[in-house]
Amino acid sequence: MPPFLELTDLDIAYPPRKVIREVSLIMHCAGIGCLLGPSGCGKTTLLRAIAGFEPVQQGLIRLEGVELSRAGWTLPPEQRRIGLMFQDLALFPHLTVADNIAFGLRGWKGSERRARVSDLLRLVELADFAKRYPHQLSGGQQQRVALARALAPRPRLLLLDEPFSSLDVTLREDLAREVRCILLREGTGGLLVSHDQFEAFTFADEIGVLQEGRLRQWDTAYNLYHRPADRVVADFIGQGVLLPGQVGEQGRVNTELGDVDGKPPVGCVAGDDVEILVRPDDVIHDDASPLQVEVAERAFRGAEFLYTLKLPSGARLLCLAPSHHNHAIGQRIGIRLDIDHWVMFRRNRAVSCVEAPPVPAS
Amino acid sequence: MPPYTNPPPQGGRGFWSLAAGIDRWTVLVVGLAMLLALPVLTVFLTALQPPGEVWRHLADTVLADYVLNSVTLMIGVGVGTLLIGVPTAWLTATCEFPGRRGFEWALLLPMAIPAYIIAYTYTGLLDFAGPVQTFLRLTFGWTRQDYAFPEIRSLPGAILMLALVLYPYLYLLAQAAFLEQSAAVLEVSRSLGAGSWRRFLTITLPLARPSLIAGMSLVQMEALADYGTVQYFGVSTFTTGIFRVWFGMNDATAAAQLAALLLLFVLTLLVLERLSRRQARFHHTGQRTQRPPRLRLSGWRRWLATGACLLPLLLGFLIPAGQLIVWTWRTAPQVVDDRFLELAGHSLGLAGGAALLILLLALLLGYGQRLRPRPVVRLAVRSAGLGYAAPGTVLAIGVMLPFAAIDRNVDSWAREWLGLSTGLLFSGTLFTLLFAYCARFLPAALHSVEAGLTRIRPSMDDAARALGAEPHGVLWRVHIPILRGSLLTALLLVFVDALKELPATLILRPFNFNTLAVRAFELASDERLADSASFALAIVLAGIGPVILLSRAISRSDHAPLP
Repeated sequence: MPPFLELTDLDIAYPPRKVIREVSLIMHCAGIGCLLGPSGCGKTTLLRAIAGFEPVQQGLIRLEGVELSRAGWTLPPEQRRIGLMFQDLALFPHLTVADNIAFGLRGWKGSERRARVSDLLRLVELADFAKRYPHQLSGGQQQRVALARALAPRPRLLLLDEPFSSLDVTLREDLAREVRCILLREGTGGLLVSHDQFEAFTFADEIGVLQEGRLRQWDTAYNLYHRPADRVVADFIGQGVLLPGQVGEQGRVNTELGDVDGKPPVGCVAGDDVEILVRPDDVIHDDASPLQVEVAERAFRGAEFLYTLKLPSGARLLCLAPSHHNHAIGQRIGIRLDIDHWVMFRRNRAVSCVEAPPVPAS
Repeated sequence: MPPYTNPPPQGGRGFWSLAAGIDRWTVLVVGLAMLLALPVLTVFLTALQPPGEVWRHLADTVLADYVLNSVTLMIGVGVGTLLIGVPTAWLTATCEFPGRRGFEWALLLPMAIPAYIIAYTYTGLLDFAGPVQTFLRLTFGWTRQDYAFPEIRSLPGAILMLALVLYPYLYLLAQAAFLEQSAAVLEVSRSLGAGSWRRFLTITLPLARPSLIAGMSLVQMEALADYGTVQYFGVSTFTTGIFRVWFGMNDATAAAQLAALLLLFVLTLLVLERLSRRQARFHHTGQRTQRPPRLRLSGWRRWLATGACLLPLLLGFLIPAGQLIVWTWRTAPQVVDDRFLELAGHSLGLAGGAALLILLLALLLGYGQRLRPRPVVRLAVRSAGLGYAAPGTVLAIGVMLPFAAIDRNVDSWAREWLGLSTGLLFSGTLFTLLFAYCARFLPAALHSVEAGLTRIRPSMDDAARALGAEPHGVLWRVHIPILRGSLLTALLLVFVDALKELPATLILRPFNFNTLAVRAFELASDERLADSASFALAIVLAGIGPVILLSRAISRSDHAPLP
């Protein structure tokens, strides 16, 4: 069986500028994916190419083994069986909710069309609003109409272009979870574009980090966080700092916090400079620890404090501590490293080392 | 059940949609646009031919007169509309006085009267046998030799007539400019100690200046394009000159050269208008949310304001319309017969057909440009707009020349190879007339279609496409329903413009084919003013429709338009 969605060596350009370079990814089943990246990274362009609005300069797009785009040829969007949900929703202002949903059902028999529309209205819990016009609905309701409209013709894949970003935070997460359930129930694959990693984590099974037109890593949220493929992903996903160190004897690494027993990147020899990714939850606050550092900044987050610590060399470290550990700026506190997932990059080169035994620092 | 299950077509179609950069929409739009630009281009190209005998003769004799009279007319009408339009616009926009709300829209009414028709009514009122002079003679017991009465059929008369019906263009733009000025700027100037008169001169007027210049340029373009009034008043201008050279001297090249010269004047004004409009956008001072409170006029000032607004309304609409009604009342029984209805049918059919055709073309061009926003398409659509502000006389020449050439060539070809004469295939048919209307009025319709389309977000198109609609389906199922209102407005405006059109119709109409406008012109030229009134009144009544629409648009302008 062919993979569900397959992008191979994709190049997209607005001549003379290349927006997407050599992007390849495979979604094996009709699950839910996300393209994550800062604005301007090319994620929306990639989405529009999958939808059929942008031609590709090079490479292939396949959906369930069927070719959709290649250099010099683009299957028109209306023939792709790919649904779209926009940031601005793009509901048709001159049509009622029911007519909006029925827009894509041209060619269906009248009875089937009515049945599909009322099924979808029920699915998105808008059965009582069929005769309303879009401007008479709240933001969340409009969102649901857009979803129902996109799902109506039973697309194989639904593309979502930051569809939740206009909503406030609480509504956003609820709706993202709800959309996820609906997609899974309908058996439709989903591909979301977002700049918000928490939205991506809530919504997607697999996430691709896109930066300057290149796909840095296509992986689960867990792996992106704990096993970033390179420095860019490590920097973009979650919080953390890169602690400088030097490879010593027998695979040990010397850092400012002492020798640690992580496994240095393949090909490193003694004396090479490396950086170790240290997440705030890797730094344990321990009053008994001999390692004492100064608090430079602190942010109260309710259940916990996020401390920014200043090492003697001037390097910074983040530490998440339970909120009853209330320390003032300038105070020295004890910490120890407790790193589960060793991520190490050779300085000036993005090689990661992810397989390493958890060995705490001395 | 799934609506789209077709497998991807290989090759073929892809060539047309992407690879070659040539596709159906691009070809269609560029082709149509070039066709519509043909008349103006023809005039310029013909004008490049070396001047002939007739042109030299013109240059030696009347050309200076044409230029002088046209320029005087242009400046005079410009000043006249400023004098009428600015005070009335300022009063209705910023002051409060008896009747202001009514005047706000009633001051647009003179737009409904074509200039040649107001000229007929004042000629009838003011000539020797007219009611005014008769009244003076009876009252004072004068005879013909006892008094001097200004002759309305003169250059100053033409200036007055044109100013009276053209000032609403300026009034509209000036009023919008005055309304847009924020309270804050005026309050600041007040806090700096400026009195109300000084505020008007140093703040209000300079801020509105770009809009005023744009409005005046528009008015002057219309004044240069006028044929009916100057012809009737016997004033020699470019337009009457073109007619004379075309019909009297039978010299197409010289007519085109004259037309090109006129077009240069118009284009200069057009550039001026465009630049001022652009500038007007930068002269917006802050948001419109805070409108200054209206200045409450008191005492004699109130009634002065009312009078100032009443005067142009009276002279520009009420008196001429009243005269038309009186004449119609007298002559309708003889004039309104089957022949009249036939002419009305011609006019309605021609104007209606032209309006529908123009709207369709405007939609195709506007949507094509949205679909294929590439430079060649943009350039083509811009050039289709060349006919904007081209006087009807000029366009008629530009339409006549190429089609006559085609007729000649086809005919000689057919004689040679088929042994028969095809005669005139295009010239003197309704087709050429419709074509001229399209070239003349399409730009206005295109403007409102484009403005409407830019208000529809591109994501709307994409959403429809992703839901299985083809490009033409998007136009039909999404854009046209959303734009219904503004499309109807454009349709009505073009319809009325086509109904009023005189010079192009005179030149291009099929033999023995008459319209209301042409008949009114013919009767008036035969000194049968009273008989022409029924025809004129029908045109004026139709012209009131757009005025009502415009006034509603103004009163609605506070509300946000559709998404």
